Amino acid sequence: MSSSRPLSFHVPEPAVRPGGMPDFSDVPISRAGEVRRPEVDVAPEDIRDLAFAIIRVLNRDSKAVGPWAGLLTDAELLEGLRHMMTLRAFDARMQMAQRQGKTSFYMQHMGEEAVSCAFRKALEPGDMNFPTYRQAGLLIAGGYPMLDMMCQIYSNELDPLKGRQLPVLYSAREYGFFSVSGNLATQYIQAVGWAMASAMKCDTRIAAGWIGDGSTAESDFHAALVFASTYKAPVVLNIVNNQWAISTFQGIARGGSGTFAARGLGFGIPALRVDGNDYLAVYAVAKWAVERARRNLGPTLIEYVTYRVGAHSTSDDPSAYRPKTESDAWPLGDPVLRLKNHLILRGAWSEERHKQAEAEILASVIAVQKEAETHGTLHTGPHPSARDMFEGVFEQMPPHLRRQRQEGGV
Amino acid sequence: MPRKTMVEAIRDAMDVSMQRDDNVVVFGEDVGYFGGVFRCTQGLQQKFGASRCFDAPISESGIVGAAVGMAAYGLRPCIEIQFADYMYPAYDQIVSEAARIRYRSNGQFTVPMVVRMPTGGGIFGGQTHSQSPEALFTHVSGLTTVVPSNPYDAKGLLIAAIEDNDPVIFLEPKRLYNGPFDGHHDRPVIPWARHPQGEVPDGHYTVPLGKAAIRREGAAVTVLAYGTMVFVAEAAVAETGIDAEIIDLRTLVPYDLDTIVASVKKTGRCVIVHEATLTSGFGGELSALVQENCFYHLEAPVMRVAGWDTPYPHAQEWDYFPGPARVGRALKSVMEA
Repeated sequence: MSSSRPLSFHVPEPAVRPGGMPDFSDVPISRAGEVRRPEVDVAPEDIRDLAFAIIRVLNRDSKAVGPWAGLLTDAELLEGLRHMMTLRAFDARMQMAQRQGKTSFYMQHMGEEAVSCAFRKALEPGDMNFPTYRQAGLLIAGGYPMLDMMCQIYSNELDPLKGRQLPVLYSAREYGFFSVSGNLATQYIQAVGWAMASAMKCDTRIAAGWIGDGSTAESDFHAALVFASTYKAPVVLNIVNNQWAISTFQGIARGGSGTFAARGLGFGIPALRVDGNDYLAVYAVAKWAVERARRNLGPTLIEYVTYRVGAHSTSDDPSAYRPKTESDAWPLGDPVLRLKNHLILRGAWSEERHKQAEAEILASVIAVQKEAETHGTLHTGPHPSARDMFEGVFEQMPPHLRRQRQEGGV
Repeated sequence: MPRKTMVEAIRDAMDVSMQRDDNVVVFGEDVGYFGGVFRCTQGLQQKFGASRCFDAPISESGIVGAAVGMAAYGLRPCIEIQFADYMYPAYDQIVSEAARIRYRSNGQFTVPMVVRMPTGGGIFGGQTHSQSPEALFTHVSGLTTVVPSNPYDAKGLLIAAIEDNDPVIFLEPKRLYNGPFDGHHDRPVIPWARHPQGEVPDGHYTVPLGKAAIRREGAAVTVLAYGTMVFVAEAAVAETGIDAEIIDLRTLVPYDLDTIVASVKKTGRCVIVHEATLTSGFGGELSALVQENCFYHLEAPVMRVAGWDTPYPHAQEWDYFPGPARVGRALKSVMEA
């Protein structure tokens, strides 16, 4: 018999489950303006503390404060607000369309709009994102036609992907948006490979990889960090920590590492955490990391601390795994409301204009939706042909596929 | 005509391709400075520089995933997985990504990538250096799977694979790297320098993907084989005296159905041989195709000779390997049926 005491097995649990009172009091939140802004050529070992702080610009009084503030004009901020409001309206309509049976599936961004909308504005034409399924803000802020997004979601006759892909798994090469995979984390190492290629060809373009908190547990996340670190790839590696991976709280993927950003430290990759619900902070940190990549200083890891207000997708019900009021208790607030209040404080916006803009945006989204629906929805109206199913498997259709297409009678 | 080993022919294919196209890049484990554990990339880094040929971390998923990203950028990566047995961590990147990106993006992004990997047994490599996982690729829509059997084909097929605009899995039978191998492990090794298929032209040429080669014409029975088993089949035919037609498939998918069907309709008999394990092996697909397309011409049931459905053993390698004696018994059996 061993003289040691028996081992015990540890499974992390979130602080509160359904029925309990949401409590984020033990989540350390840096004060706005408190975290320093290092030079972009700083040595990674000199900013290890930034992997544990949260860079924030907007304070509780809606003022932009500290060294990361002051980068955006009124016009740019108003444009950012419009992008986030558009994404929110788009989400609401598409969520409803799924409930009406017009498509099979949808994933909304509620609460996370600032992350992809602000990041997109830090990029230049030609840069390439390798996104997950919750970065449609990259498309909206990048000027991609909303009609194409809706037609993809409806898998109708104008679907740019010819009905081959699950809704929201867009692809838009000309807009710097790589084909979204339904498999998780695969895109992270691909982003690094794309960035390596850009460096190998002495190009000036950079890549951005995207991943959620849960998928950082995948081996491809670690492969991406190894390759980015080894080859000093010009890539920004984004982790969107929205606290929940379907029903699994972020502690299951994070384990004992303290923060997701801290994962970068062992690879010698500068790692920053940022308030993901603060449009100004997201933009400032993205700009910093993009400049590092562009100046050939190598990769940067960014953790966006945010909160997934809605369900993971149209296929799950969050009230089964977290308190219903948890999103209201989330200490970093709503990104749209925070930017709106900041713009009002700057004298560039008003409650009245906001209401008016909301109505205008909703009307324009509905108008596009109506147009999209004239080209069909998943089960009604025009849709891609069965013949399309056999195209594009290879550049040239091989004989066995041609025989199968004939057998299928299409 | 210069003579080359299969290693030299494969290296030459990459050399020629890298000279012709700046977008061809080569990387993998031990591939750069050292030139690969089988020496297939020897000298490429010195010749083309470390931006074109370099060492990668030991992360097969990382190697393939990075190559997918590079291909999406516009490069033509020709990457090495050190042994096909090490491919499994990269399977998601191969199956869900490389093979699907043209389709799922409606052609916005493509993956012109070659994944080279040594395959098969015969070198006392045990379970983790001897497997033949080709059926795991032939089952995947969007992949081309190639298995050369000699230096001439290896060079021409590899250049064709690098120039192809879709992902190609290029399985190199490692027992054939230095000479043909007919399964008689107790006999002296014949070097490629003394074999006519060791004649490899300099410069650029291609062997088309999707086209089989008839290695021996015959009237009695068709043998479908690829890789090392082509030579095992030749030995079995010589030893039994059966007038078999031996078809070297060269590309497994897309397969050359016309050549297969024409031969089986002529001979009325078919034996399929591969090193890989029997159950759900590529031989099952070939057998089904022959049955579907040649049923009324068949004089005997189609037979398969394959590796046993066990892990690849170490000490029992020659009990496992489907050598000429087993192939010969199958040939006699279909002739007696």
